Amino acid sequence: MSVAPFDRTLPPVTEIGAASMIAIAGGVIYLAAYLPKHAPLWAAVVLLLVAAALQLLNAVLLSRIEGFAWSRFFQVGRWGLLAYALIAGMIEFAFVFDHTRGPQLLVMTLMLALFMLNVPVLIAFTVARYEANTG
Amino acid sequence: MAVASHAAPAIAVERPQFEIVPRKGLPLVAIVLVGVVVAIARDSRWGLVFCHVVGGGLWTGIDLFVGFVVGPIIGRMSIPARIEFSTRFMPKMLLIMPTIVTMTLAAGFQIARQDAFLDTSNPRHAWVVASFFVVGVMAVIALAYLEPANVAVLFELRKAQPDGRVIEKLMKRFVYTAGITGVMQVVTLIIMTRLVS
Repeated sequence: MSVAPFDRTLPPVTEIGAASMIAIAGGVIYLAAYLPKHAPLWAAVVLLLVAAALQLLNAVLLSRIEGFAWSRFFQVGRWGLLAYALIAGMIEFAFVFDHTRGPQLLVMTLMLALFMLNVPVLIAFTVARYEANTG
Repeated sequence: MAVASHAAPAIAVERPQFEIVPRKGLPLVAIVLVGVVVAIARDSRWGLVFCHVVGGGLWTGIDLFVGFVVGPIIGRMSIPARIEFSTRFMPKMLLIMPTIVTMTLAAGFQIARQDAFLDTSNPRHAWVVASFFVVGVMAVIALAYLEPANVAVLFELRKAQPDGRVIEKLMKRFVYTAGITGVMQVVTLIIMTRLVS
């Protein structure tokens, strides 16, 4: 007899994703608060690394879930990725338009890339966790 | 640990057919986003102010209305009424909210740059940074909790036998997070009015 999706105990992917989002938001706010001048980069880089590490942890935790509805996860994730790639692209465009260049732009781009990956994972996980695995 | 899927109370309510993302609204979203890009690329003051004021007004208004008026009403609705409301309301929110948020933030950032509010020596710089923080808090709540719950409840409602507990749990999350973003919008109103005073 299988456990109903609602009753399954799953790793705290949403909470870890939210923590990663806090790090990303912190980094972007820190850099944006200084634009068009250059902010000291070390704090932003630390936040970027924290955000990346949390997302990596999420990927590992997700990969270990047995009987997860992966087809639903990827179906939702794909569309989410498309939507958030557009939004991240617009934000990137605004920063490039504002003459953000060099390491500052690189850190900002990497943060936007993490943001673009994180949100679809959170949406796809929340949908797939309540889905019975039919595949 | 509870076992067996038959433990889940399935909902036997007639549900209207619905699209999770209403395709009819996509051209409108594209028009709005292109408009924002054009306003930024042309550095059009009117275009940017228009996008920021219209987007910001809608964003704040919708968040306050949903957080303090619609949310509590949903919370007290019967399950069938909640389902019927959600199937009509949430797909539209999925298109409207990300669009007006992107429109408001992208245009607002450019206005702040034009007005030199981003300059750390500007006396109003602190208000802009405060608004960044508020937006950051709202982004985390909306993107990590509210929007995933919104999408998941729609997927649940499309199932042949939706699980009432899933809908209950996700709707509760939606109502609480909408309330928090409503409170954050009050803070936004204070910051924005201080910024231009």
